[in-house]
Amino acid sequence: MVNVLVCIKRVPDTSESVLLTDDAMAVDGRHVGYTVSPHELCAVELAVQAAADGGTAGVVSVGSGDAVEQLRDALAVGVQHAVLVEADDAAFGPADVAAALAEVVEAGTPDGTPYDLVLLGNDAADTGDFQVGIRLAYALGRPVVSGVSTIAVSDGVVQTTGAGPAGTEVFEVPLPAVVTVMEGGVAPRYPSVMGRVKAKKAEIDTRTPSVTPRGNGRVRLKLPPEQPSQVVVLGEGAAAAPALVDLFETMGVLTK
Amino acid sequence: MATVPTTARCVVIGAGIVGNSLVYHLAKLGWRDIVQIDKGPLPNPGGSTGHASNFIFPVDHSREMTDLTADSMRQYKELGVFTESGGFEVARTEERMEELRRRMSSAKAWGIEASLVTPEEVVEKVPFLDPSVIIGAFWCPSVGVVDSLRAGTLMRERAMELGALNVVSTVEVTGLDVEDGAIRRVRTTGGDIEAETVVIACGVWSPKLAAMAGATIPLTPAVHQMISVGPVSQLAERPGEISFPIVRDMDTFCYERQHGSDMEVGSYAHRPILHDAEEIPSIEQSKLSPTELPFTSDDFDDQLEQALELMPEVLGNPDVEIRYAINGLLSLTPDGFPILGETAEVKGLWSAAAVWIKEGPGVGRLVAEWMTHGNPEYDAHQSDIARFYDSQRTREHVKARTSEAFNKTYGIVHPSEQWASSRDVRRSPMYDQEQALGAMFYETAHWERPFWYAANEALLGEYGDRVMPREAEWDSRWWSPIINAEHLAMRERAAAVDLSAFSMFDVKGPGAKDGVQGVVVGQVDVEPGRVVYTPVLDQRGGFRSDLTVMRLGEDHYRVVTGGMTGNQDRKWFRDHMPADLVVEDTTFAYTTIGLWGPRARDILGKLTDADISHEAFGFSRCREIQIGNQTVLASRISYVGELGWELYVPMAEGSSAWDLVFEAGREHDLIAAGIGVYGTTGRLEKGYRAHGAELDTERSIVEAGMMRPRVKEADFIGREAYVKQRGEDPLTVLCTLTVDDHTSSTGVRRYMLGGEPIVTSDGEPLVDGHGRRAYVTSAGSAPSLGKHILMAYLPPDQAVVGNKLAVSYMEELYPVTVGAADATSLFDPENSRVRS
Repeated sequence: MVNVLVCIKRVPDTSESVLLTDDAMAVDGRHVGYTVSPHELCAVELAVQAAADGGTAGVVSVGSGDAVEQLRDALAVGVQHAVLVEADDAAFGPADVAAALAEVVEAGTPDGTPYDLVLLGNDAADTGDFQVGIRLAYALGRPVVSGVSTIAVSDGVVQTTGAGPAGTEVFEVPLPAVVTVMEGGVAPRYPSVMGRVKAKKAEIDTRTPSVTPRGNGRVRLKLPPEQPSQVVVLGEGAAAAPALVDLFETMGVLTK
Repeated sequence: MATVPTTARCVVIGAGIVGNSLVYHLAKLGWRDIVQIDKGPLPNPGGSTGHASNFIFPVDHSREMTDLTADSMRQYKELGVFTESGGFEVARTEERMEELRRRMSSAKAWGIEASLVTPEEVVEKVPFLDPSVIIGAFWCPSVGVVDSLRAGTLMRERAMELGALNVVSTVEVTGLDVEDGAIRRVRTTGGDIEAETVVIACGVWSPKLAAMAGATIPLTPAVHQMISVGPVSQLAERPGEISFPIVRDMDTFCYERQHGSDMEVGSYAHRPILHDAEEIPSIEQSKLSPTELPFTSDDFDDQLEQALELMPEVLGNPDVEIRYAINGLLSLTPDGFPILGETAEVKGLWSAAAVWIKEGPGVGRLVAEWMTHGNPEYDAHQSDIARFYDSQRTREHVKARTSEAFNKTYGIVHPSEQWASSRDVRRSPMYDQEQALGAMFYETAHWERPFWYAANEALLGEYGDRVMPREAEWDSRWWSPIINAEHLAMRERAAAVDLSAFSMFDVKGPGAKDGVQGVVVGQVDVEPGRVVYTPVLDQRGGFRSDLTVMRLGEDHYRVVTGGMTGNQDRKWFRDHMPADLVVEDTTFAYTTIGLWGPRARDILGKLTDADISHEAFGFSRCREIQIGNQTVLASRISYVGELGWELYVPMAEGSSAWDLVFEAGREHDLIAAGIGVYGTTGRLEKGYRAHGAELDTERSIVEAGMMRPRVKEADFIGREAYVKQRGEDPLTVLCTLTVDDHTSSTGVRRYMLGGEPIVTSDGEPLVDGHGRRAYVTSAGSAPSLGKHILMAYLPPDQAVVGNKLAVSYMEELYPVTVGAADATSLFDPENSRVRS
């Protein structure tokens, strides 16, 4: 039985070409809509699985009221309670977000029991700061493992698995702990209709942080230079088959 | 980088269902050197076709849309991409059941198999639907789904096999060059193409493309939300894409449609979410496609619960996940009809836009025929792009009306229902006086038109039951017995009618006579001062319009026509007359006041010194007269069968002219009468036909019973066809019928509103020589006769005065009798009143 809290951030979907806002201080989500990063989707899935044997899974986001949409998405796939820490996205930098999250972790679950495990995405999909997880662990005085793809909790210990430079890295860390998650270890589930209906009705616990923001120090965001894409037409119809087989072989997905 | 040819006979922009159908039909009709381009990749370039739910329900209340849908279904079947699934429209409320009974009327009127069924019968075919949620359903076995992308590919391939088509994908249009009012060139990222015919078949992007040429296509991209849930074990058990009927949950404005092991739930219930064509993301910017926008789940939450209610077994299963959810873009127009035809602004630039999957191939054929012969097989007046006046092309109007219409997609819409938005645009000069009289305003072509006046309520006491009051709420919605009281007062005394909504245009210049002669059927080589009521035909002898032509001078004609069709009529005249003739819109120069009734001459006589006796100012004559301190053009004609005049008054003087007429009319008990009298009761008693109801391009003069003894010598459009029609027996005959007994099975007197099927006394359908079912084209009170009148085209052997038939209304039969099998009016058949 473990109490897990997942921290998520509402971000524009960046899976296709990225547009910046006019002031280049943020990613523009106008066309693509908002979501959470793939890392966080996996963190939510890990939290739901970890809490499945009688524990609780909670979700928290620091940001504008719009983030309720993402909190409800998490509730729809099995997270049990949600906290929104209302804050001005532009004013809150990574250190401020970590401080605000620490307040939520320290306050514990709705029934007052402490959170054993805090999961975050490895890095934000829009700003790529790579900071909040580590800062949060530091603020809480808890151990932290980053870049984790799967977790297993038993007897007060979380075992994490993730890809490292020399191969798979496995850590065992005593709870309470903080873990930042990389996508790839689990497949996030889709919501069921019932899940969505329940999520729609769930109360969102909305709080105001006591943090005085120090800001993010961001000057501007810059898009990387466009990678030119090259299209090679292999042929048409059945005549293209041999070329396709050759290509598959080069890619290593087929051996002749 | 793809490149385009430098010239083409025709460029079709867009490779969705419309563009693909169009190139195929153009090729079939003999067009060659067609270039089709799309900015996206094939076969799914990213428009609305790519994410369509692809199902087709064939029954619509509009005949035009039903015809296009039926034609499309035939084409999809011929292409082998149609799967019949059957479909239900389920009702949760009694009000909806009544609407489904009305749906039955339309199904029978158009000859489409359908029936009303119980919840248990629904469950037999859809076992996972909870029958306790519904009270009944409309079952249509011919409902089905299509593969619209495959259909498009096949049609492109067929056009290419004919050597007619060159398709270039992934090139984007960057400009459309217009010279001397005509399209000349399409500029693209792959080079420029010289062409004199260009078709915009770009769905939601069409307004943006049209704007490049300075033209307008008044549609808006709008969101239709759709989710797909699965895997559903009950669905997976059966093979294929669809093996369960589609369910439209009408009261919640949603549908559930099987797609393999998934269930798609779509909604027309959410708030209207409109986009701008210019703001649609590019292919690169889009996560899925430019028309599959991010899902806004808040907007769908209520529908999810309602869907769960209807199909708890399937949707309540926690293993069934929402795997796909989009805010899909589709096209909406201010009046719900497609936008087809040559644009008003640019010669050679055509629109084939605002078309859904269910009518795509039919539209492709219609537009191809239109481009080839000028007159498609199906009447297209409801879809004709020329129907929009300038004020109706504005973005504000489009947004207002489509926002209002969106939630009516599955709504219960009364045939006379009025728009609430974008009103008060065109006010007649008499508007203030009419408001003071308590006018109930209806809108036509943006004009506010009084339908009846609350001030005439006192007449109800005077006429008692002669006003034929209606008990059933539906029959009396958007109606008032005051209309019938105004009618009776007009027949006894006199009435003035505001006809400001008339559309007018003048034809001027040397050769005006020959120009007009060549367009209209009637003889207009008459002395100045004559008024000619005449049909206008297309080349096949189909009824394009009916209107009046006044010869005002040697080289000067004025055409007066209805507000609804005025723009289309003006374009038809302009397109079919020598270029050196002036065709000048005079709609806003003159207002029209109709003055009719036995006392009309006494009233007008008080205002003028002119000799307006029958001898001096006969029927179908017009001349300028002075009334008080104004000079007006008076025309002695009538659409209500009474002595009287239409007075054409300079717009600025209309208000004071109205006052003059009423001052003079006071001692004669003149009343103001609304369009309810003018357009329905007065005309129906006289058997006058109305364009859009009895008359359209699928009807002939002979069938409408409007044949004159002679055909003029001068040539005119459709003459050859018309002469041929006159020598043949008609395949259908327009008749006037009266309802003999109105009493329903529950003892309520019911009054038909139009669109109902006419059947034999024992309910058997009547099919005319065109294969069409008999249905009511117009319905309304005939207060002077104490009868309810229906007009309908009947098979010739049934078109016999005295023949006893029945009308089916809300699934009950009411006996009717044929009162006239030609244009003879049931009231004053000798026309003595008009000619008194």
